Amino acid sequence: MNEFFAMGGYGAFVWPSYLLGFLILIAHVAAPANRRRRVLNEIRRRLRREGRAADKSSAGSE
Amino acid sequence: MNRFVAWFHRWGSPKHFYDMSGRWAPWMAGLFFLTFIPGLYYSLIGSPPDYQQGESARIMYIHVPAAWMSMFIYAVMAIAGAVTLIWKMKLADIVAQVSAPIGASFTLLALVTGSLWGKPMWGTYWVWDARLTSELILLFLFLGYIALTTSIDDKRQAARAGAVLALVGVVNLPIIHYSVEWWSTLHQPSTVKVMGKSAIHMSMLIPLLLMSFAFKFYYAWVVLISARAEVLDRDKGTRWAEEAAGEKGR
Amino acid sequence: MNSTVAANEPRLAQAFVTLLRRDLLLAFRRPAEIANPLLFFVIVVTLFPLGIGPEPNTLQTIAPGVIWVAALLASMLSLDGMFRTDFDDGALEQILLSPHPLSVLVLAKVIAHWMISGLPLILLSPLLGLFMNLPAESIVALVLTLLLGTPVLSLIGSIGTALTVGLRKGGVLLSLLVLPLYIPVLIFAASAVEVAGVGFSIAAQLSFLGALLALALTLAPVATAASLRISVS
Repeated sequence: MNEFFAMGGYGAFVWPSYLLGFLILIAHVAAPANRRRRVLNEIRRRLRREGRAADKSSAGSE
Repeated sequence: MNRFVAWFHRWGSPKHFYDMSGRWAPWMAGLFFLTFIPGLYYSLIGSPPDYQQGESARIMYIHVPAAWMSMFIYAVMAIAGAVTLIWKMKLADIVAQVSAPIGASFTLLALVTGSLWGKPMWGTYWVWDARLTSELILLFLFLGYIALTTSIDDKRQAARAGAVLALVGVVNLPIIHYSVEWWSTLHQPSTVKVMGKSAIHMSMLIPLLLMSFAFKFYYAWVVLISARAEVLDRDKGTRWAEEAAGEKGR
Repeated sequence: MNSTVAANEPRLAQAFVTLLRRDLLLAFRRPAEIANPLLFFVIVVTLFPLGIGPEPNTLQTIAPGVIWVAALLASMLSLDGMFRTDFDDGALEQILLSPHPLSVLVLAKVIAHWMISGLPLILLSPLLGLFMNLPAESIVALVLTLLLGTPVLSLIGSIGTALTVGLRKGGVLLSLLVLPLYIPVLIFAASAVEVAGVGFSIAAQLSFLGALLALALTLAPVATAASLRISVS
């Protein structure tokens, strides 16, 4: 196993390459997923606020 | 023909795109993992070390597909730019704009891995080798595109300006590539080529191809989900976006 | 001939010449704007001997690159003015509304820009060549490459200027967009100057610069015209 991580003495060059690759791959998947969740939450919050405002105004008119 | 036009126009509808991309993205993700995991196995374990470069040649399976991707993505941006300018298709400009950061990342990845590969081969982290230099200039082109489109506030105007820039860049790219190649042979006749003309052995070709397919599927996946988020963000005040937010529940 | 042009409109050639003369006239009214980039060019080149040391051989080695890089930067400085004032005072919109093909009118503006920024640079360059201990053959090559190269810089630069003209802080952005596209010109021109000093033929470099010029001359005005329509819309 140690031999595998040593990469014939080139471990210090091979592993950072793969690590950076992984980080970039993860980052570009995580960012849009987060963004979509944020926008959906924003819409939901707005809908709830508008719903409450509508309730209040209808209660006041009674 | 009519059916094609109808199909083409349906993609212009944000709601349709939001639904379709939601359906397609998992497939692309699946194809990515299906090629990436065996690709990773073959690049790290399944392939023999190179007879000259030893285990350091394993960097190639990241470096070369990343470099291919960087050029592929720039070409996609230019084509999307042409579609934006000719048919004024909103979806095309979204594709171009979400592609730019991905392309810049792959270019950066190609540069960093190239430099990490170069250290054991050349003895220094950076050599003004034609391949790396062209890649560096490509990074500048990507960053220029991002700088331009983010500094224009109006989204439509930003998309069209970016489209012109991407097209100008794609015309220049072969010229830059050729001139850098010429320049490097002029100044460094004895550069050690990382990838010589020698035929690549089959055992190295398998991980290389698997990884490059994996990156292509990854790109398709990320473009779909990024464009999906972008479409939703642009249309967050509309009825369909509210429905999309509603049906998810809590 | 052209039914879309009204009878009282000037013909295309006339419009071209008028625009060219107008731009030149405007530039000569404000000579400082012509002189400043030139002064910048001279000062930048002068800094190098001071920074590196006056050793003639060293200077001769770096001179082609230094003079050409300084020329690129100097032409960058003057680019911003190509459409800026016309955009601010509304003249650009008038040009866009004209019935003539915009790319041809753009070409007139680019040529005017080259005559007030590129041409003086060329006239000044032998002096800088002397400063940097360049042999006579290299100075001839320097003038020739500038003659072919600076129009390319103006043409490519016009695209970037047109894309950024609507932005308040376009200056730095412009250099980010345009400088990478200048690289082929820099490579071939600097190499020609260097090679000429050793006594080799520079035909290959010059013909490549000529090809770049031909390509830029045909494509850049179209791209600039499209960019202007986007920026002004």
